Amino acid sequence: MSDFIDIGALEDIRPQSARLVRTAMGCIAVFRTADDEVFALDDRCPHKGGPLSNGIQHGRSITCPLHNWVISLSTGMAEGADEGSVRTYPVQVSDGRILMDARALAESMAAE
Amino acid sequence: MKQKLVVIGAGMASGRALEHLLENAPDAYDITLFGAEPRGNYNRIMLSPVLSGEKTYEEIVTHDTAWYAANGITCRFGEKVQRIDRAAKVIVTPKGQTPYDKLIIATGSDPFIIPVPGHDLPGVLAYRDLDDTNAMIEASAKPGAKAVVIGGGLLGLEAAAGLALRGMEVSVVHLMGHLMERQLDEAAGYLLRKELVGRGIKIHCSANTRQVVGDGKVEGLELEDGTILPADIVVMAVGIRPSVALAKEAGLEIGRGLKVNDQLVTSDPDILALGECVEHDGMVYGLVAPLYDMAKVLAKTLAGEHDAYRGSQISTKLKVTGVDLFSAGDFADGADREEIVFRDPARGVYKRLVLQNDRIIGAVMYGDTADGSWFFGLIKDEEDISEMRDTLIFGPAFAGGTPMDPMAAVAALPDDAEICGCNGVSKGTIIAAINGGATTLDAVKAKTKASTSCGTCAGLTEQVVALTLGDDFVLPAAAGMCKCTDHSHDDVRRLIRAKELKSIPAIQQELQWKSSGGCHSCRPALNYYLVCEWPGEYVDHAQSRFINERVHANIQKDGTYSVVPRMWGGITTPNELRAIADVADKFAIPTVKVTGGQRIDLLGVKKEDLPAVWSDLNDAGMVSGHAYAKGLRTVKTCVGTDWCRFGTQDSTGLGVKIERLMWGSWTPHKVKMAVSGCPRNCAEATCKDVGIVCVDSGYEIGVGGAAGMDVREVQPLAKVGTEEEVLEYISAFVQLYRENAQYLHRPYKWIAKVGLDWVKSRVVEDAESRKALAERFEHSQTFYRKDPWAERVAGAEAHEFNPLADLTQVAAE
Repeated sequence: MSDFIDIGALEDIRPQSARLVRTAMGCIAVFRTADDEVFALDDRCPHKGGPLSNGIQHGRSITCPLHNWVISLSTGMAEGADEGSVRTYPVQVSDGRILMDARALAESMAAE
Repeated sequence: MKQKLVVIGAGMASGRALEHLLENAPDAYDITLFGAEPRGNYNRIMLSPVLSGEKTYEEIVTHDTAWYAANGITCRFGEKVQRIDRAAKVIVTPKGQTPYDKLIIATGSDPFIIPVPGHDLPGVLAYRDLDDTNAMIEASAKPGAKAVVIGGGLLGLEAAAGLALRGMEVSVVHLMGHLMERQLDEAAGYLLRKELVGRGIKIHCSANTRQVVGDGKVEGLELEDGTILPADIVVMAVGIRPSVALAKEAGLEIGRGLKVNDQLVTSDPDILALGECVEHDGMVYGLVAPLYDMAKVLAKTLAGEHDAYRGSQISTKLKVTGVDLFSAGDFADGADREEIVFRDPARGVYKRLVLQNDRIIGAVMYGDTADGSWFFGLIKDEEDISEMRDTLIFGPAFAGGTPMDPMAAVAALPDDAEICGCNGVSKGTIIAAINGGATTLDAVKAKTKASTSCGTCAGLTEQVVALTLGDDFVLPAAAGMCKCTDHSHDDVRRLIRAKELKSIPAIQQELQWKSSGGCHSCRPALNYYLVCEWPGEYVDHAQSRFINERVHANIQKDGTYSVVPRMWGGITTPNELRAIADVADKFAIPTVKVTGGQRIDLLGVKKEDLPAVWSDLNDAGMVSGHAYAKGLRTVKTCVGTDWCRFGTQDSTGLGVKIERLMWGSWTPHKVKMAVSGCPRNCAEATCKDVGIVCVDSGYEIGVGGAAGMDVREVQPLAKVGTEEEVLEYISAFVQLYRENAQYLHRPYKWIAKVGLDWVKSRVVEDAESRKALAERFEHSQTFYRKDPWAERVAGAEAHEFNPLADLTQVAAE
């Protein structure tokens, strides 16, 4: 069973950009790539907590604005020699709407 | 089953060897360590700072009991080894026999005590271990105590300086004609003597000791000429002898020391040896570097790997605070040897190089030893110096314009030399990364983080990589902008013009970018080049700007922002100050700070509050200060003729005019300006990208100053008579910089590349060119001289500041 929530339209996010989704456990950054893929990650760099949504996006990666760590949007893993990861959330696009799996969201909250 | 390894001697040599062995073959041996001193291993070469009181014993310990325990080494400190029984493969101590499969002899050396009458009186000390050092410290505690040090070599002088610092009256007795004759020539010895005499140490050269005098304890030292030097202690520091008694008795082959081969194995294949007790290839060493070299090889041998010790080049530094002395290599006279000598008696500087066949074989430096490691590198590498012989003595800093190898200085750096200050990366770390498989510059940077922060060490990092990889590595002639392209910044700009490329995708397509969408380093550069090249036509690509420029505020370490309203020329009003204060209150802004550029910074603003903060500031008439921008930041001013009794021109007024002209412009890097009303320069105009100093007859314009990671004074561009000329000249200068400089190069870097003469030829000497540049600047400014805050207050880019969705309620379920 899945429980997808409509969080907005794909058009609400510019290509190579990100928007935030507020949750009780902090902000989730939703990224749209140049190829219209969508990814959702906690908006905290594993390095020093930098807001990833404010970084420069390239390919399927985001460069943190604080210290240039590069994080993979698809896996949440730090790229290159850095080690660390950020939590990712399942999202999908259907009929131009972005859907987020609320169950994963609830699980992450339970885990905290 | 593990083999039994027994080690005799718990000094620096065995300490280092065991470290390497535990790395190479952690589980190969059961290790038992015997040490004559009742303690673990300490850094013996640091005893001098302990003696002088600059360090404590605890600070020089390298391996304590806990270290040995943690590494499973059985320690038997204070237990004297009496005999090695090679037939039975055991060593014998008063407590019995200990069997071994492999044995390491690291017994070091014994201080040489001159067998003069009285040498066995209490108060005659060697300078070898911590007990000696403590005895000296104890003796120095007595008020008015006197010490005589026999031996004017490295060790003796360190002892003398240390005792003098402890307050003793110290005399040095030296057999030879000048101090440290094995390392220094007469001239350098003279300078050293002068320095030590200046510290109250008495020096007696060409002095032979007849006897130590005293009744039951030391009372003085009598020289051959009958002079008696009163003394409470006599320190003998005249040399060391390899300690080989055990080895000799065991029937091992002995020369000047215990003989070892290139694998550090003695004449018995199961017995290895290293350190000051050994003789290798006819050489006996008394310094630490060779011992470390040996330790590496010995550990390899024990681990069953092949390696070979080929002898060491050694260098010396005198560890006496305030005395700079460096010596390396060989400086005996010889018919086939030449010398280069530099003397500056007034400064007390002396340098001497001994050359043979166009190679440096010896180097002595006194008073200025900064280039020591560089010269030492040339000696070790047997570098041919014929090409740089003219300037050789001045060291690597004088390489400017000479065909000298820039790699030499880097080659000479020790492994622990810091290459990248931001990330604390040493040369050794880079070399280790390369040995670990990083074979390209990018791989090294990714793995070590070297030169990934401020980037000022990029050249150094490249050189270390090039040196380590040798022929396998070719420095890219003109480095590409980033990993996405092989084109250099300059090439890309040229091609944008030539091919009339007007968007980032067009550039990436036409110039065959290797990545699909560029990266965080090339995209901001491309966006700037397009902004500059096609003003009014190019549509700015926000997603290729760093966040600061995207939201017109500075991101801070906690993800909040800081906001700096513009204050034209540093002028403000009570109303503006009230508005700023109100904003700070209303939005609970935690910090209000005056910046280095005479503006007020509101720090700690939440991102979602930014548009509202700007709105309030706009209402009070204030606009964005662009304090975040690669663009014009501030024009700092003093009060000039308005108020100052020295001011020669209206510096404040001119500063305001310049800021009104220049604000909002985008540039390759931030640009800071200042106007000072007189040469007293209260606005610090001489360390700005553009600085104007007012004088009676007009305005002196300087460019290319900086006070960031590099501190630079401006270079004079022109002197003009009117404010109008100032505005035209600096517009032209800024436009030339905008059109030509590489992204993220400040003007000083760009000027260094193109030359100030070229800049002057365009901006000063050619009036037509100057006017055209100033016009292009003005044209561009018609599009960019506007407040980005007002646009956002009006709703532009609202998506930046508002969340896409709010699921805070979903969470409650």
